[in-house]
Amino acid sequence: MAIFIDKDTRLVVQGITGRDGSFHTSQMMEYGTQVVAGVTPGKGGQTFQGPGGRTVPIFNTMDQAVAKTGANTSVVYVPPAFAADAVMEAADSGVELVVAITEGVPVLDMARAHAFARDHGVRVIGPNCPGLISPGKSKVGILPAQIVAEGPIGLVSRSGTLTYEAVYQLTNVGLGQTTCVGIGGDPLIGTNFIDCLKAFEADPDTTAVVMIGEIGGTDEQEAAAFVSAHMKKPVVGFIAGQTAPPGRRMGHAGAIISGSAGTAAEKVKAFQDNGIAVAARPADIVGLIQQALA
Amino acid sequence: MNIHEYQAKERFRAAGIPVPPGEVATTPDEAEAIARKLGGMTVVKAQVHSGGRGKAGGVKLARTPAEAREHASRILGMDIKGLKVEKVLVTIAEDIASEAYVGILVDRRSQAPTFMVSSQGGVDIEEVAAKTPEAIRKLTVDPRYGLLPHQALWLANALYADPGVIKQAARIIQQLYRAFVDSGASMAEINPLITTTSGEVKAIDAKMSIDDNELDRRKDVAAMRDSSAEPWAETRAREAGLSFVKLDGDVGCCVNGAGLAMATMDLVKYYGGEPANFLDIGGSSNPDKVVAALEIITSDPSVKAILFNIFGGITRCDDVANGIVTATQRIDIKLPIVIRLTGTNEALGVEILKKAGFSAYTSMDEVVEKAVQLARA
Repeated sequence: MAIFIDKDTRLVVQGITGRDGSFHTSQMMEYGTQVVAGVTPGKGGQTFQGPGGRTVPIFNTMDQAVAKTGANTSVVYVPPAFAADAVMEAADSGVELVVAITEGVPVLDMARAHAFARDHGVRVIGPNCPGLISPGKSKVGILPAQIVAEGPIGLVSRSGTLTYEAVYQLTNVGLGQTTCVGIGGDPLIGTNFIDCLKAFEADPDTTAVVMIGEIGGTDEQEAAAFVSAHMKKPVVGFIAGQTAPPGRRMGHAGAIISGSAGTAAEKVKAFQDNGIAVAARPADIVGLIQQALA
Repeated sequence: MNIHEYQAKERFRAAGIPVPPGEVATTPDEAEAIARKLGGMTVVKAQVHSGGRGKAGGVKLARTPAEAREHASRILGMDIKGLKVEKVLVTIAEDIASEAYVGILVDRRSQAPTFMVSSQGGVDIEEVAAKTPEAIRKLTVDPRYGLLPHQALWLANALYADPGVIKQAARIIQQLYRAFVDSGASMAEINPLITTTSGEVKAIDAKMSIDDNELDRRKDVAAMRDSSAEPWAETRAREAGLSFVKLDGDVGCCVNGAGLAMATMDLVKYYGGEPANFLDIGGSSNPDKVVAALEIITSDPSVKAILFNIFGGITRCDDVANGIVTATQRIDIKLPIVIRLTGTNEALGVEILKKAGFSAYTSMDEVVEKAVQLARA
C-alpha cells in the first residue's frame, strides 16, 4: 500500500502545455503514472504527445477533463498568478486530491484557495512542493524517480532536494519507501506533517517514518505531540536551519524565524521530548531508521 | 520585502487612515526646511528596516527647526542594528492621550489574515502577548468575505470606551485591512495607534512587510523597494534569481534547494566551521546562475573557501558539472573550491569535475569537512 497516490491514481495535469508541465508529464508517464488528461484553457481538443507514442487528451476546463476521463487527482504546474484559481477549479471539479507544484503563489491567494478546498472536502498538497511518489505505483510532481525504491519507509518533508538526499541514502542501503511526500516550503500549505503521519500510521505497509522539518512556524512541534499521543510506528526526525539567523527568509517563503518562534532548537527539543530520534546530520537518518527497525 | 515607515504611511494615507503630515529628508538642511514648513513640534525618525529605532536613539523630538536639523545630522549615517540610516522622516509631533496597538498578519495556523489589537500600545506586542495575553483581542478574517463591519467594531471595542472614538478606530481598522490586501502585505501594523488630547484617533507609526510573491503583479508596490537599504550582494542575488542571505562565517556555500542549503550550513557548523552565507542556486545547470553565485560569494572578503553541494535529481549531475566548469572558466577565482555532486549520474559528474581540476566528492560530510579545513588553513 501507499498513501495518497497509488496504481488507481488517475491524474489530470493542469498547465500540461507549459514548459514544466509538459516536461514533467512525460517524466510521470515514463514512471507509469496514469496521466489521463491535461488542461490548458484554449487548447481543448488538442493532444499531448507523451513518451512511447502515447497521447493524452487536452481539455479547456477541469470540469470537462474529469467528466470525460474519470480523473481523481490533479497536479498544478500553472504559473503563480493563476495557480490559486487552478487549485480552486480542481477542488470544484470532483477530484479528491490536488497537488500544487507552483512556487511563488501570493499567500493571500492561497488563503482563499485553502478555505475553498476545505469547504469542498478536497485535499491539497503544496503549493511550492515537489509532489509525491509511491515507488512502483505512481508519481505526481517533480521528484526524481531514479532515486526511490519500493519498501517500508514513509517519508514526509517540507523541502525538495533535502528530501532527495534522505531518500537517496535510504535507497542506497536497501531501505525502500511506501510513499515520499514533499508538503512544501510555503507558510500556508494544504497538507501538513500530521496529515501525513496519520496516513502513514494507518498504512499497513509502512513500518517507520522519516520526518524532515525546517525553521519557521510550529507544524513540527504539533507533529511531535501527535507522534507521542497517536503513533505506534517509530519516527525519525531531522530539522534544517540550526544556523539560520532570526528574521531572515531562508529561500522557502515559510522558512523564517519570527521573533523567538520557529527556531530549529525549539523543534529539535519538541522532537526529543516526544520520543522522536533526531539526526544531527542528514547522514545519520539511515542509522537511526535501522536502529528503530531493529 | 520590507518597506520604510514613511512608505507604509503613504499606503495608509491612500487608504484613508489619518496619519500626521511629514516628509522624508536625506540631509540636515532638508530636515530643517521640512520642520519649518510643518511648524510647531516635530519628530525626527530614522528610516531603517529594523525595530528598536527609539532605543537606539534614532527617534528624537524637536522643538524648533534648528533642533530638527541637529537631530537629523546625528541620526543620518547612524548605525542601527548593522543598518546605516540614509533617510529620516520629519513629522508633526502629536499630543498623545493614549496608545493602542493594531496589527494584522497572515497566520499560519488558521491559514488566514488575523488581527491582533491591544489597548497596550507603543510597546513590543510579543512582550504583551507573553506577559498579559488577556490584553490582546484576536480575530481571524475569512479572506473570502474580508473584514466585516461588525468585526471591526468588535476589535475597536477592545481598545476604547468612548463611542465616538470606537467608531473612528473601527473605520481605521477597516482601512488598515484594505491597505493590507491592496498592498499584498504579509504584515501591517500601527503601533501606536493614538488618541490625541482632542479625541482624534491617528496612526503615528506604521510598519508593513510585503509578500514577495505579490511583487510581480503590483508594480507600484515593487517600486517602493529601497535597494540602498540592502547590501549589494542581496540586490545582485535577487536580480539573478537566487536566494541569498549573508552570514558571518568564512565558508561560502552554493547549494541547490533551500532545505539542503540550510542543512549544508548546519553541517559546516557541525564540523567546526562557520557558514558565510545561505545561497540557493535553484534547480538548473545554467552557467549564468553559477557565475552570479560565485560573484556574490567572492564579494565577501571573509570567505576563505567555496563549497558546492548539489543534488542532481531531474537535472543530471553531468549537466551540473558542465555548468560549473563553464562558469568557472568565465570568472577568475583565487579561493579553493570543493564540489559535491550526488544523485543521477553522479559518477559521470565527478569525473567531469576532476578532469577540469576540481576536488569533487559524492559525500556531503566529506566535502563539508574538507571545506572547513581549507577555510581554516
